[in-house]
Amino acid sequence: MIEAVGLTKRYGAKTAVYNLSFQVRPGTVTGFLGPNGSGKSTTMRMILGLDAPTTGQVTIGGYPYRKLPNAPRQVGALLDAKAVHGGRHARNHLLCLAQLSGIPARRVDEVLGVVGLQDVAKKRSKGFSLGMGQRLGIAAALLGDPQVLLFDEPVNGLDPEGILWVRNLMKALAAEGRTVFVSSHLMSEMALTAEHLIVIGRGQLLADMSVRDFISANSADFARVRTPDSEPQHREKLTAALTEAGGQVMPEQDGALRVTGLPLPRISDLAHGADVRLWELSPHQASLEEAYMRMTQGAVDYRSTIDQRAGLQEQLPPGAVPQGQMPVAGQGQPGWYAPPPPQQGGQPFAMPQPQMPQPPQDPAGTPNPYAGAPQPPAAPVPAAAPAPAPDLTKGATDNEDAAR
Amino acid sequence: MTTPPTPQQQPQAQQAPQQPQQFPPQAFAPAGAPAVAPPPPPAPAAPAPPSAWQQAMNNAYSSPIPVRKTHLGNALASEWTKIKSVRSTVWTLGIFLALVIGIGLLAAANTTSSDYNDVPFTIPAFFGLMLGQICLITLGVLVTSSEYGTGMIRTTFTASPQRHRVLLAKILVFFAVAFVVSAGSILLVGLATSAMNSGPEAGDVPWAGTVLKGGLYVSLLGVLALAVGSMLRHSAGAITAMLGVVLVPAILPAFLLIWESTRTLAEKMSDYNAINSLAMIFGADGVDSAGGTSQLVVLIVVTALAVGGAFALLEKRDV
Repeated sequence: MIEAVGLTKRYGAKTAVYNLSFQVRPGTVTGFLGPNGSGKSTTMRMILGLDAPTTGQVTIGGYPYRKLPNAPRQVGALLDAKAVHGGRHARNHLLCLAQLSGIPARRVDEVLGVVGLQDVAKKRSKGFSLGMGQRLGIAAALLGDPQVLLFDEPVNGLDPEGILWVRNLMKALAAEGRTVFVSSHLMSEMALTAEHLIVIGRGQLLADMSVRDFISANSADFARVRTPDSEPQHREKLTAALTEAGGQVMPEQDGALRVTGLPLPRISDLAHGADVRLWELSPHQASLEEAYMRMTQGAVDYRSTIDQRAGLQEQLPPGAVPQGQMPVAGQGQPGWYAPPPPQQGGQPFAMPQPQMPQPPQDPAGTPNPYAGAPQPPAAPVPAAAPAPAPDLTKGATDNEDAAR
Repeated sequence: MTTPPTPQQQPQAQQAPQQPQQFPPQAFAPAGAPAVAPPPPPAPAAPAPPSAWQQAMNNAYSSPIPVRKTHLGNALASEWTKIKSVRSTVWTLGIFLALVIGIGLLAAANTTSSDYNDVPFTIPAFFGLMLGQICLITLGVLVTSSEYGTGMIRTTFTASPQRHRVLLAKILVFFAVAFVVSAGSILLVGLATSAMNSGPEAGDVPWAGTVLKGGLYVSLLGVLALAVGSMLRHSAGAITAMLGVVLVPAILPAFLLIWESTRTLAEKMSDYNAINSLAMIFGADGVDSAGGTSQLVVLIVVTALAVGGAFALLEKRDV
């Protein structure tokens, strides 16, 4: 078990991790998510005693890492696939790590077989591909048969076979009762592997809940509504009606509308009331990726933009008006993922309610508000959250988009 | 799956009483609320009703093989594997041996037995050592700084969070290797020279001490380099710094002697610089009864200071 309490790390003026508290429990794969530079690796290094926290503490099984009597037998870690001496061949690399904790050499050959590197055991790791390096790092983590495992981006550079293998390995390790803590940027992979999520942004905890709760709490579920292509005015009319009823409407590239905040029957009723025919009204459960994007969009430090290639174009003659490019609807447009709701204290996100490790309150477990009978949209229970429900407070900006 | 906790499985056994306190309430608070102070670490509290969390803790995996506490012997074995499994060791020591033995035998072949009337038989090794010490310095630096350069140090310190033990093992293993190689090569040159030059008066000067002191001196220079490498964490920087340590005191006195005020400093420098120290140890400046003992003591003190600094920084810094 990993337990962090009030973990803070400052590098000079920059605060990499601020007041982070979480627990990682055995028996499940816990995913560790966050945008680039959000402090994931710093947290991992603090867990492993490589970086000393400025304040707070983190323990593994009740011990600070550096007080563990035999760290590799208790904690296995893959931090960086390239953190090896390239001039040393794979077997010797693992052997010197094994010897540090009194693990016999035959275990080295065993883990080399487990990760499939036995044929290159005597090759210098300098020549390894990223995927082979990851396998070597995983082998090092498995050496001591540890009860706690940390992996930082383990599937980076792995081939599809390797990704499948890592996914099954993580699940198998967790099923044996081990604590498995994995960071990754591959949301689809995380959705398949992890049961529990810890999400950080700008060094602060954004969420600590099960994957399912995470997706529904960030209610990125939406309904796709399509009106007849031949009658664009109907689309406008429906948009206005839906917006008036409290839904958020965003146009999709192919002319469909993406509606959030309203259950499907209500959308149908509204359309009927506005005398608009529908060609499509379909529920869409958001992927983990979308839920993640919604949650972290306010905490992204490094954001990519569209390459305008303006630096390559000829200078316009003076007086000429550059041709404006119409923004393309779709992902990347502002408000595609709903903006964070305004909250007190400058903290854009709140975890909805204390609901883990207990099962979600709703025993039926229908995270999709459009799926069943008329039920209110997935507005988080207002009890614990000091903030207004994220769904219903963000209409303004979206509607501007939708009106276009 | 679960084995009864043995004394070696302390961490598992000890964490059990902490479990009733399940989640610190803070885990659910808005993470950033700066006013909220971190709650005290969970203390053994009243038993709570069993929960999924506790169940998970009870089913936690523990290795069937007992976990033993690690010790210095483990770190020594590991460092021995490390030092013999990289090419830089082969290269630096190979060049060292080629310089000391090659130049030594060349010099020995071009001398006559009368040359050894007042110098020890190991004096041909001295010429090789003047250059060869650079090799040991390089190896000493690389033993630590190459781990920093490649990122291996993070893997090492994850596998052994007892950092001081790793550094101590590095120093011991490196010193042993350097001393065996340097003293061995000096001994070899001494034996070869004595075999080649068996004149009547030759060999009057005892040379066993030069083998030990010469080997000790260059090995300690290497340990100093290792400590500097550990402090600077950068191969090129540390090697440059060590070249400065060796060369500057040998060159600077020529300038410092110009001024009256710096003359004593210049004399100290020329007495205690690495090259002159080796010359004293080998009695190259004629018969010197002290045999460079004071120079050796100075190097021991400097090395001890550097090693102390390396240990102090090692525990403090992030890697």
